[in-house]
Amino acid sequence: MLANIFGKLTLKAVQHGPIIAVAQLTMLLGVLSAIGLLFYLKRWKWLWKEWLTSLDPKKIGVMYIVVAVGMLLRGTTDAAMMRAQQSMSVGTSNGFLTSDHFQQIFTAHGTIMIFFVAMGLMFGLLNLVVPLMLGSRDVAFPFMNSTSFWLYVGGAVLINLSLVLGQIGATGWLAYPPLSELAYSPGVGVDYWIWSIQIAGIGSLLSGINFIVTILKMRCKGMDLMKMPIFLWTVLGSMSLVAFAFPILTATLAMLSLDRTLGMHFFTSDSGGNAMMYVNLIWAWGHPEVYILILPAFGIFSEVVATFSQKRLFGYKSMVWATAGITVLSFTVWLHHFFTMGAGPNINAFFGIMTMVIAVPTGVKVFNWLFTMNHGRVHFNTPLLWFFGFIATFTLGGVAGVLMSVPAIDFQVHNSLFLVAHFHTMIIGGVVFGYFAGIAYWFPKVFGFKLNEQLGRYAFWCWTIGFLTAFVPLYILGMMGATRRLDHYDASMGWQSLFIVAGVGVLIIGLGIAFQVLQMIVSIKQRKSNLDITGDPWNGRTLEWSTSSPAPFYNFAILPEVHDRDAFWDMKYGSSKSTKSTNYTNYTDISLPKNSSAGIFIATFASLFAFSMVWHIFWLGILGIVGVLVCLIIRLSDDETEYIVSAETIAKNESINLSKKATH
Amino acid sequence: MGLGFTILLLLKGKHYSVLDPKGFIGLRERKLMITATLMSMIVVLPVFIMTVFFAWNYRATNKNAVYKPDWDHNIAIETVWWTVPLILIVILGVMTWQSSYELNPYKPINSTVKPMTIQVVALDWKWLFIYPEQNIATVNYIQFPENTPIDFEITSDAPMNSFWIPQLGGQMYAMAGMRTHLHLLANSLGQFNGSSANISGKGFSGMKFLAVSTTRLDFDKWVQSTKQTPEVLNIEQYQVLAKPSQNIPPSYYGSTDKTIYNWVVMKYMMPNTKMPISKDQNNPTETDNMNHDNMQGMGM
Repeated sequence: MLANIFGKLTLKAVQHGPIIAVAQLTMLLGVLSAIGLLFYLKRWKWLWKEWLTSLDPKKIGVMYIVVAVGMLLRGTTDAAMMRAQQSMSVGTSNGFLTSDHFQQIFTAHGTIMIFFVAMGLMFGLLNLVVPLMLGSRDVAFPFMNSTSFWLYVGGAVLINLSLVLGQIGATGWLAYPPLSELAYSPGVGVDYWIWSIQIAGIGSLLSGINFIVTILKMRCKGMDLMKMPIFLWTVLGSMSLVAFAFPILTATLAMLSLDRTLGMHFFTSDSGGNAMMYVNLIWAWGHPEVYILILPAFGIFSEVVATFSQKRLFGYKSMVWATAGITVLSFTVWLHHFFTMGAGPNINAFFGIMTMVIAVPTGVKVFNWLFTMNHGRVHFNTPLLWFFGFIATFTLGGVAGVLMSVPAIDFQVHNSLFLVAHFHTMIIGGVVFGYFAGIAYWFPKVFGFKLNEQLGRYAFWCWTIGFLTAFVPLYILGMMGATRRLDHYDASMGWQSLFIVAGVGVLIIGLGIAFQVLQMIVSIKQRKSNLDITGDPWNGRTLEWSTSSPAPFYNFAILPEVHDRDAFWDMKYGSSKSTKSTNYTNYTDISLPKNSSAGIFIATFASLFAFSMVWHIFWLGILGIVGVLVCLIIRLSDDETEYIVSAETIAKNESINLSKKATH
Repeated sequence: MGLGFTILLLLKGKHYSVLDPKGFIGLRERKLMITATLMSMIVVLPVFIMTVFFAWNYRATNKNAVYKPDWDHNIAIETVWWTVPLILIVILGVMTWQSSYELNPYKPINSTVKPMTIQVVALDWKWLFIYPEQNIATVNYIQFPENTPIDFEITSDAPMNSFWIPQLGGQMYAMAGMRTHLHLLANSLGQFNGSSANISGKGFSGMKFLAVSTTRLDFDKWVQSTKQTPEVLNIEQYQVLAKPSQNIPPSYYGSTDKTIYNWVVMKYMMPNTKMPISKDQNNPTETDNMNHDNMQGMGM
């Protein structure tokens, strides 16, 4: 009887080899020491009130980034283990991992890096910046925003739980059937994979809708669409892609789970199922996903280059059209992920050419950034260094991308390490470098002090050199015919030395991450000497720099009105038709959303439901669904979700900020 | 510098199978790769040069540089960088279209030599090759005469795999219930490594095979000697072979049941497809017209 209560879950689920036992213990100790520390410092109440239940997008943004950084550490550890195995497992040696374990590691690595690191950093930055840049006090749906975040956390918890209880799939990060079907993957691994990204993916979809509405409806007075900073355009493009692409992911995962849980035949080999349909669907989401990640990075670079060149962004209209072009085109290229599936030359050539066409607006963006520096005053702060790192790597990755878009060439490099090197160039050189630039750039706005510049440079150089050391060998290995995901190869192939170099590259990247952690610690310790008192540490151009640092919880005491694209620059140096909010003294009451714990409970119940679907604990599944519905009903029946900040409070707060500036 | 030197040292004496093709298709794929790379340089080099020049020349400390903080567009310049890449893409697009037809893996290769068919079945975790014309079968090993067009008919009785011999050019997915094609031709004698390029489970890394191109004479000799092998690939033997196994060495079957390949493809399409009867070797069930042989018409 007891066995049935917990479905397929038995004590066996926790028993693995020594390597996983170490990981399990580390995670357990980490969680326990965090809990212990909170008790010791008596910070539970503070954590709950100030952070966990907060609907302030700036706090939600910080929490996103904290979780994403935690996941980055895990994803990088996975990467290091993979390269270590590939450096050792040659000829008669089989390395230290079994093939099954190795395959689980790369599945976890890909899934974690895309869904929980890249997406987490992106939504974190969006939450920090979008409302401020719009001259707005919040996102359109603050409660939904918190729910999105907690669903993301739910997914992250679930995928980490798979390490402790059970396993993750050994199918690769996109789990192609029929390998991911019950016939070939009978364990709970694929189910963990499905449900952790299903939960996180629904959160992403909600966030996408939220930011679209926020940008379309909550711009401050005077900010018509063609006066929006480019970052907001790229976010609008990216979030439109989220709104169109994520439902495809949700439906595809749902069909795969129906196959696995209820014995249906959407993607099985037999009974009329068709795995090729899955491959189409998953990439119809998967390709736009790449642009979902890269577009905001393009936006960040646009702001960073203009700010640190002390000059208007070159070719704004070109940039808007390039962004729109990339957004639309990204839905017309998904088939280039499987030219080798047997489609005819018409289809392959069409999708190949559409892929190349995307290189045109992307190239336009690069030239516009370069001409922004032309006749500017270029300051080499860390955010701009990341931009140079991006240009160096991304351009080369782009060439590899154009090569692979030619179907006849793709047949020779598909699924090889050349492909792996290509997409890591785009994701690390493009997305990750972009988000790091954004974090360094906006950090003072959120915390009120700048990050240590020196350590930031060290981190940058480690990342760039480490990246090249880790991935140039993979391009070469691809040319030598090395396929991806190999846990073992023959010594006669001559690949070992290059795998070792790639492994060293991962270590150098690890050193870069260590410098970033150190940078954070040192910057917090020395914050007194790096304080951003003016609220405008970089001589910025856009509205977020017009308010004090750290940005007050109401963002702007008086909502700004803008007359120019570079609204804050115009306030500072322009013919100044713009109003500078801090000059006003006639403050009015502001209504802001109250804290809410509903998002946490909804995500908890949703995660319980997901967990129950993994282990077939059906009573828990029902509890999960009912819990979500009850929480929603309670929250939606609450009419008083906002509170008033009185004009006096704001006046008091603003005068403190003003006097700080005056004494500076 | 040191880093570059180390890399150069590491690269010495390596074998770049993709860049060192021995096959008709692979050679043309390499040529295309080089052309496309050179064309990209038309955009990439100016980007690198401008990045370094603008960044250095307009560094904030250089007070001699002209500062124009409000200069933010120039129709002429912007037109250049919309049109030049576009022209390059048009040229590359035409090349793509043509090469997609010319190097279409489904297209038989023009040759005066009579083409040969090899049927490929991806299994957990090895490759089964059936020579329908020679009536032999092999596992994880193929041999074929040089300069002879070969039509690989590919399917899978396992998860999705990808059939790849880098030095001959191109790869093609192997999928259950489907039949894909890959036409290749070896221009010279040699031994080439082949593998699966798509993750298919535990034994995936061991799904390697050797592809050997020999003279016609040697090939015929090899066929004759293989025919002496007592093992017969009939349905019972097939089912023993199809059971999951890893890292298995090459093995040979002196004769085969010709209906097996069709049966493997069709058993997923029609669950009640009868097992072929081993005796009836010379009369294969014709099911070709019913399967998804030719996907080229898909959606067009």
